[in-house]
Amino acid sequence: MLNATYIALIPLLPLAGFIMLGIFGRKYFKNTSGVIGTALLLASTLLALYTAYGYFFEYGRVEGVYQKLVPLKYTWLEFSRGVSIDMGIILDPISAMMLVVVTFVSLMVHIYSLAYMKGEERFPTYYAFLGLFTFSMLGLVVSSNIFQIYIFWELVGVSSFLLIGYYYDKPSAVAACKKAFIVTRFADVGFLIGILILSFYSGTLDFNTLIATLTSPESTEYKNAVTASFLGVSALTWGLVLVFVGGAGKSAMFPLHIWLPDAMEGPTPVSALIHAATMVVAGVFLVARLFPVFAISSPAALGLVGYVGAISALIAAVIACTQTDIKRVLAYSTMSQIGYMMFALGVSGYGGEEGLGYTASMFHLFTHAMFKALLFLGAGAVIHFIHSNEMKDMGGLRKYLPITHITFLIACLAIAGVPPFAGFFSKEEILLAAYQHSPTIYWIALITSGLTAFYMFRLYFSIFWNKEHHPHSGHHGEGGFAMMMPLLLLAVGAAAAGFIPFGHFVSSDGKALETGFHLQFSIAPVALALAGIFIAMWMYRRQNDKPEKIAASLNGLYKAAYHKFYIDEIYMFITRKIIFNLIGRPAAWFDKHVVDGLVNLTGDGTEMISEGIKRIQSGKVQQYAVYFLAGVIGLALLFIYVWK
Amino acid sequence: MTEPGLYHFLFISAALFFIGVYGFFTRRNLVTMLMSVELILNSVNLNFIAFNKYLWPDRLDGVFFTIFIIAIAAAEAAVAIAIIINLYRSHQSIDVENAEELKF
Repeated sequence: MLNATYIALIPLLPLAGFIMLGIFGRKYFKNTSGVIGTALLLASTLLALYTAYGYFFEYGRVEGVYQKLVPLKYTWLEFSRGVSIDMGIILDPISAMMLVVVTFVSLMVHIYSLAYMKGEERFPTYYAFLGLFTFSMLGLVVSSNIFQIYIFWELVGVSSFLLIGYYYDKPSAVAACKKAFIVTRFADVGFLIGILILSFYSGTLDFNTLIATLTSPESTEYKNAVTASFLGVSALTWGLVLVFVGGAGKSAMFPLHIWLPDAMEGPTPVSALIHAATMVVAGVFLVARLFPVFAISSPAALGLVGYVGAISALIAAVIACTQTDIKRVLAYSTMSQIGYMMFALGVSGYGGEEGLGYTASMFHLFTHAMFKALLFLGAGAVIHFIHSNEMKDMGGLRKYLPITHITFLIACLAIAGVPPFAGFFSKEEILLAAYQHSPTIYWIALITSGLTAFYMFRLYFSIFWNKEHHPHSGHHGEGGFAMMMPLLLLAVGAAAAGFIPFGHFVSSDGKALETGFHLQFSIAPVALALAGIFIAMWMYRRQNDKPEKIAASLNGLYKAAYHKFYIDEIYMFITRKIIFNLIGRPAAWFDKHVVDGLVNLTGDGTEMISEGIKRIQSGKVQQYAVYFLAGVIGLALLFIYVWK
Repeated sequence: MTEPGLYHFLFISAALFFIGVYGFFTRRNLVTMLMSVELILNSVNLNFIAFNKYLWPDRLDGVFFTIFIIAIAAAEAAVAIAIIINLYRSHQSIDVENAEELKF
């Protein structure tokens, strides 16, 4: 049965781990902290599975419709009647699904890190941060209040900052964590303004009430929000677009994606966590959470979501084809897949068959979590073995890392969309939804899926085939049971997750959605994926000079893609040259000369006056007595003659 | 020879007060200054007694006040003499000019 305590424990157990390991870890749990963190998360995972099972199969569905349950709500801060910040739990299909995804992937990362991070100086701190990260993300997915989600949103930002900058003695890691924090924080300003606009017009911060008021055309709140306009766009659309800006920052959508590749400076299991289950899917989740408002009340904002997603998917796929750092390739592939999820939401409608995009997006989020975690953990095993991130140092590893090789291959097939692996099913649904609603986005998505297959297999062949590997002395194996078990479990997920009838459980209006399999429709994407794989095989299976030749023939495009289309440089130009010179320096001048000047003026003035009058304190007691007497006489005269 | 009245007492009290003030302003010796302060206090006492006797003979408020002031004067003298002794110990003198270094 529904038990709020169990659900509340899901996020609270990792928090307990964070507090315990964060405060006492380095002193008392030097070696056992990993086991403690993993055990707590295992408990949390089991509770999440129990909750999700209960929700989906026992009490969640009432007359064929999944309800939005609020088993726990505690008013934390009340501004006025109806406007309050609550700490609550919302249980609906997406939050139940996310609970499972987040805890499961996080558990895999915890187990994997037992071996991967072994012997690190700050091992307990690492597990403490992992606990905080998991707690933040779990809190985010169950938030029942838009302000609560904002609080956890920022917590996710902070904990990703801590984890990306885990190797704080490496300057590049420090720069990367600062970049991630600043870029996402910058986007969060948009989110905050969006929250304020939405809550101002709906008169509430509670998700269920907010969605209900802003989607019913009869309510006065809705009319006000639609009629009020700024620059010709309605306030409601502005609010939603600004909320989406926040989501785009966290989800690394173009043009706010620049932090994501740099975030690869963190330990590899952390990248798996950031990319598969937490952080980057937060933006998708946010849009999905507010989806009824987007779909019913503001098609314009939803259209923006769709196009931003599609452009991000394409650009990231093109860049991924040229990168040589394996983690960066994976980072761009994440951005591309998140773009998929975004535009799937963008092309979706609300309710019934129209809501296919919504279901597809959540389905892709689910399957992507499996295969992306698997890819990153596999890449971690490779990096662990080779001690390098660069593709040119790798090759021929299939004999040395057999388990990693097979699981990595499964993940590659899944992400490329080859049947019957998980990615195929979710991608098919996304493409179908795009095909039905927006041909432009459909074509972009189709090209992207071909590119995805190409760059993933470029990665695969470069790591496991290509040139022969010459092992150095001091050879060690794949990393033992703790590293292999998560790979195998995730491989099972990546291979089989596609067979879940996802539409039955998650759909835009809670009713079961029958997602059929359309053979004719799948021909094009599967053919493209296979073509991508074969081109990659032709180019990278054996060591040869084809890649260089092709790169040379595509000179300008290749160079631009290799330099990530110079987006970082554009940002640098805008911040350094324009913002610093035109806004920063004048503001600094004003601060230094006017604001500081006023403060110094009061200080100097006081000092001058006191310098002048301090001689009165002469130390001569009798002089004081004279002053005193004079004062008394003066007062006496005053009272006698003036104020009678 | 007439019976002394209120004004006689007030005259003596005022005279004592100003003698005390004059002494406090002009003496350099701290003990003398303390004595001057005592004169001032006693002039006040005399005032209280005189008013009590001539204006409200059936009440004792003025007498109580006087006793109170005498007690405070004793305490004040004890503190002042302690300060003077300390000053003497450090400066071998009880001249008020030695206390001038107690400034800003």
